[in-house]
Amino acid sequence: MTTATFLVQCLNAVQYGLLLFLVASGLTLIFGIMGVINLAHGSFYMLGAYLAFALAPWFGDWFLMRLVAGVALAAIFGYLLEWVFFSFLYERDHLQQVLLTYALILVFEELRSLAVGNDVHGVAAPAWLAGGFHLGGLMEYPWYRVFASAACLVVALALYAVVNRTRLGMMIRAGASNRDMVRGLGVDIRRLYRIVFAGGVALAALAGMIAAPLSSVYPGMGSSVLIICFVVVVIGGIGSITGALVASLLVGFVDTFGKVFFAEWSGVGVYVLMAIVLVWRPEGLMKRGF
Amino acid sequence: MASDDGADDLRSDAAAGTRADVGALPDIGRREAGGWLVPAAAALAFAALPLVVSPYAQDLIVRIAIYAIFALSLELLVGATGLVSLGHAAFLGIGAYVTVLASGDSGASLALLVPLAMAAAAGYAIVVGALSLRTRGVYFIMVTLAFAQMAYFVVHDTKAGGGSDGIFLYAKPTLAIGAQTLLDLGQRLPFYYTVVAVLVLTYAFIALLLGSRFGHALAGIRVNEQRMRAAGFSTTPYKLAAFTIAGALAGLAGLLLAVKDGAVNPELLSWHESGAVLLMLIFGGIGSLRGAVLGAICFTLLKELFQSEALLGSLASHWQLTLGLTIIAFVAALPRGLIGIGARLRGVRAARAGAARST
Repeated sequence: MTTATFLVQCLNAVQYGLLLFLVASGLTLIFGIMGVINLAHGSFYMLGAYLAFALAPWFGDWFLMRLVAGVALAAIFGYLLEWVFFSFLYERDHLQQVLLTYALILVFEELRSLAVGNDVHGVAAPAWLAGGFHLGGLMEYPWYRVFASAACLVVALALYAVVNRTRLGMMIRAGASNRDMVRGLGVDIRRLYRIVFAGGVALAALAGMIAAPLSSVYPGMGSSVLIICFVVVVIGGIGSITGALVASLLVGFVDTFGKVFFAEWSGVGVYVLMAIVLVWRPEGLMKRGF
Repeated sequence: MASDDGADDLRSDAAAGTRADVGALPDIGRREAGGWLVPAAAALAFAALPLVVSPYAQDLIVRIAIYAIFALSLELLVGATGLVSLGHAAFLGIGAYVTVLASGDSGASLALLVPLAMAAAAGYAIVVGALSLRTRGVYFIMVTLAFAQMAYFVVHDTKAGGGSDGIFLYAKPTLAIGAQTLLDLGQRLPFYYTVVAVLVLTYAFIALLLGSRFGHALAGIRVNEQRMRAAGFSTTPYKLAAFTIAGALAGLAGLLLAVKDGAVNPELLSWHESGAVLLMLIFGGIGSLRGAVLGAICFTLLKELFQSEALLGSLASHWQLTLGLTIIAFVAALPRGLIGIGARLRGVRAARAGAARST
């Protein structure tokens, strides 16, 4: 393996890991604060990818506007979905949450099939991000992937700032450590839940929109991401955003280099990593805090 | 270290939530109405059905019976021990794949295949159980799901697993002594009765297991694991044993499924299957062996109905939508399952009687 290949793989690993982080951070926040296990979270990633596809003709070259519009739509969708569906799940036990959100996946998949069919669609990267930069020899690294990493990094930093530096973030952290106490102190917990849920949906949809030009848009793309995100959450520790970031990057590296070194068995690597973490620290790398 | 305590609270909250909810359900070891009569009558009905129904219906009944075995194996975890596993399809799939791989081109004896399929599934279950039982509650759900996905990738991506198309079972298993063939699962009726017999044996085995000291220990763990530990039980070996037995029984169901379909493919291990079998349990009613069988019957028939173009026309191609909405309505309205309807009706009647008395 040459240095250039190694560098390219590292960049890919970081890019994949950061994308996973966007999905996993929403998942871990929703569980940490509302105690809901949401199997349908992968569907929000799929929703984002399909939004990128569906909004493309409307926005043309206005790529960033498209991202903003997609995220706004996804957030509104999340807000409404929490209202009509998820707010009824909080009092139910985990088994019922699993089954109800499982049913939701079936519904989403079928609605997707009714709305846009079952074909694989490509989404073009914007013209101003075409091409790439040279990395020694013939290797070229596409600018769009650089953009994807940078965008995810900006969002991750923004998320960190919101959670640690704002009043809303304070309520989120308080809600994650002791729900009842927050309610007792007069915080409108239902509104907080709705905002966090909408934020989680928006993050997952943003990841889907960013990933669409890289991976194309296809049926069932949500479930594979969902399970990897569960692995990320287990490795990172439930409710911990820092843990999710560390775990996402770890998973990104293990998956990317697994594909390079063990082509046929590469799917297993991430789960072996999870097994090691379970033996070493069953409660996840970051047991506490954000 | 306030945040430290907070995180612990959250975790134990989640665990306690699951435990209390499952513990509040009817006691699985207790005698159900009618004792052995109802299951025995149901077994006789299963056995008599081939005399009156078409080969298509027989095929459907065989599938239902195999899924009932699969659901019963999971009931040992969910209903009896209070462990919600979302990765049970892995063991079904491993049993099925081992059956096909060991049969090769020329077929193999059941005397070899049954222990092999069950041991392979149990082997993976021991490893997954040992790792996932280090966690609890919602973590346990995620970890079992993830390890099932790992098994899925192994059969999906490697050459040995045959890739996404799966593998054909060229010769159905037989059981022979010398030159005398006792049982040939390639024939319709012998296979039918074998499946029904395995279902009856599985049901009886789990019922006996739950009535034993081991079963009572599992019930104790479900209701209050802390207290069991305080009473001097090392609970992890019990949970691991339940997980392994459940895996082995699911492997047995996998063997039957491979023989029935004459092929295996990675979808057997997919998380859709794991979710479907959990649904069967909740359809029937968790905490009851009869509920598991009833749930397998209802769920398979419901899926068959929603996929039937003859009955639903063009709606059949959107069966995921109808099934999904049905599940949501069902879980929302009947969290105790079909078995719970009786109890609910009795409750309503008792309440009415009480109200009548007090006025």
